Amino acid sequence: MGIIKLDGANSMLKELCEHRPVASLPIAGRYRVIDFAVSNMVNSGVGNVGVLLSANARSIFDHLRSGKDWDLARHRGGLSYLPTDPYDGQIVSGDLQGLYCNLDYIQHTAADYIIVAQADSIYNLDFRSVLLFHQNTGTDITMVYSRAKDDIPGSAAVMKVTDNGRVTDIAKSMTATKGANDFLGVYLMSKDTFVKVITTSFERGGSDFLMDGIIRHMDEYSIFAYEHKGYVARINSTMAYFNANKDVLNPDIWAEIFMGDNLIHTKTKDAAPVQYKDTARVVNCLVANGCEIRGEVENSILFRDVKIGEGVKIKDSIIMERTVIEDNAMLRNVICDKNVKVTQDQWLKGAENYPLIIAKGTTI
Amino acid sequence: MHKTNCLAMILAGGQGSRLGALTKNIAKPAVPFGGKYRIIDFPLSNCANSGIDKVGVLTQYRPLELHTYLGTGNAWDLDRSNGGVFILPPYARDKGADWYKGTADAIYQNLNFIDMMDPEYVLILSGDHIYTMDYAKMLAVHRANKADATIGVFEVPWDEAPRFGIMNTDAVDGRIIEFEEKPAKPKSNLASMGIYIFNREFLSKYLEDDAAVEGSSHDFGKNIIPAMLADNARLYSYAFEGYWKDVGTIESLWQANMDLLADEPPFSFSSSWTIYSSNPSLPPHYIGPEAKVHNSMLNEGSQILGEVDHSVLFSGVKIGKGAKVTNSVIMPFTKIEENAVVDHAIVAQNCVISAGAVITGDDGAIAVVPEGEVVEAQDEGQQVS
Repeated sequence: MGIIKLDGANSMLKELCEHRPVASLPIAGRYRVIDFAVSNMVNSGVGNVGVLLSANARSIFDHLRSGKDWDLARHRGGLSYLPTDPYDGQIVSGDLQGLYCNLDYIQHTAADYIIVAQADSIYNLDFRSVLLFHQNTGTDITMVYSRAKDDIPGSAAVMKVTDNGRVTDIAKSMTATKGANDFLGVYLMSKDTFVKVITTSFERGGSDFLMDGIIRHMDEYSIFAYEHKGYVARINSTMAYFNANKDVLNPDIWAEIFMGDNLIHTKTKDAAPVQYKDTARVVNCLVANGCEIRGEVENSILFRDVKIGEGVKIKDSIIMERTVIEDNAMLRNVICDKNVKVTQDQWLKGAENYPLIIAKGTTI
Repeated sequence: MHKTNCLAMILAGGQGSRLGALTKNIAKPAVPFGGKYRIIDFPLSNCANSGIDKVGVLTQYRPLELHTYLGTGNAWDLDRSNGGVFILPPYARDKGADWYKGTADAIYQNLNFIDMMDPEYVLILSGDHIYTMDYAKMLAVHRANKADATIGVFEVPWDEAPRFGIMNTDAVDGRIIEFEEKPAKPKSNLASMGIYIFNREFLSKYLEDDAAVEGSSHDFGKNIIPAMLADNARLYSYAFEGYWKDVGTIESLWQANMDLLADEPPFSFSSSWTIYSSNPSLPPHYIGPEAKVHNSMLNEGSQILGEVDHSVLFSGVKIGKGAKVTNSVIMPFTKIEENAVVDHAIVAQNCVISAGAVITGDDGAIAVVPEGEVVEAQDEGQQVS
């Protein structure tokens, strides 16, 4: 069985996550962040996926619905939603309580193993290779990490791993420095181990799965780490979000993430193909269906149903679903959230390391 | 309209022999159209949008891909508990088996299906036209006229009228007086669109009578409609205004694709009249640093590094650096390699146009590359269809 955790509020994502969890943040022109976790599970043959809900979960329900688009609307197993119930009259922050109060359900599934993934990262990984690693090492718990390509600011958990893969130390940090073993939020363990980790830590006052369940009990379990060598982006700050979108403009990363054997699935919307008009000039861009383009767009991502007027110049920007950019507007280093309207002749400019964010539904 | 009152039957069994290489392996209604769709998406979406949720699809020629595509009807929101899409190929009976011998025979052989659905009206559609139409409005007119049958008609240019089945109608109320199949001297320019609404018992009677006639072609246009008119039945025309295109030939299929590239396309893609289709899990398409794209429609999963002008590209198409694609239709997962040139062509699915190869047709003779073909550079001057 797979369990997908949603992050709560993330202050480093500012306006983008004011009303939505990171998991439902639109990314790469057509997706939401949670699509990667769900698709990775489905593509790995996990037929029973539970989504541990957080606050502001409406966008998650609206997106996943029955799970049909991920082939998870099934008679046996499929998608289930795991809400957090009050315990002793209250809900405390952290993910342990949610996992604890759904243990009954989790225990009754037929699965031998539990794979837990945090819905805050972009990568394409077949978890079956993690399972093979887990079985070969005979360990209690396997955690998945990647090597940080650069210093990555934003909350992280960094691990010390020996040559044979054993984890000797885990620490929470506010930066993953270049070359660090950056934890991806993915755990694999048997159902029995999972139940034991959750019960022992929650019943002793724990609230956080990683800190109270794993880190404080490291000496009680054997923990190994599996390195994912492919492309990874953890979406833990505005800049990480901005950069991840730019990364998928690299054709090699685009092909690795989206065009391999394991496709990333998302909610389908029946949008028509993109219409490029006579005056369109588009260079180095990702363009999703339903767009209509008459202006100039460079190094940018256009989500579904975006309209770009004549004489518009857009550079280094992310334009989300159903946004309209009217004639002769100019945008540079801008993130337009959904349903934004930029009227004629407006000039909007952010900085390369500090994009200007236009909140959902704004007319400028 | 009453939702369970009208059953649609889509005739999707034709080979479409005039589409040549494009229908070698698939039935005409399954031929890709408009960058994302297949021809049959249009009648199916029209049904879904008109509130018709029981649709029989009659298949015969090369039905495998079409059957797979239709599936449960989910793509058109037609996977319904009470209704949905029903695939109706010919089948064997205790006295043997027959192919569908004509459009009327195909419906006749499924009269038991129609009885099972128990509709008040039967809407007959064909699976080879591109148009958006609200059948509910046509049905309302049919009922208002207290008609036995209503036939969708479309005004064609007078000089083209001899190619069509022409309806001569009463100018006041649209009642059909005479039907002429491909008249040399047409008296009207109202062409039959192959869209019929019949009262169910009325239709059953004429189909049964026709089935008993030796030597009949069992065709709606040639046999059924004339027989109804001979009996002075209440046949009315319903004039459709808007875009309607028969895509039965290579040239008309190409032209209908090009029509989508007009600055104001023939039907608005963003309107509430959605054309539904299957949605594969492919990412937004990528336009490279040296690419140029104008006057074109592009779908998801494509990668454009070269030049595309006045063309329709389906999903997963790759256009290499320096390649030039103009006035063409490129179907799913075809690769146009570096410096290849494609002009006035329809390139079917999964083809490779190798680096430096040249494929050119012209307005009157569109070049066609059949599914799965690999065209090498020396094949220059590729045979025109």
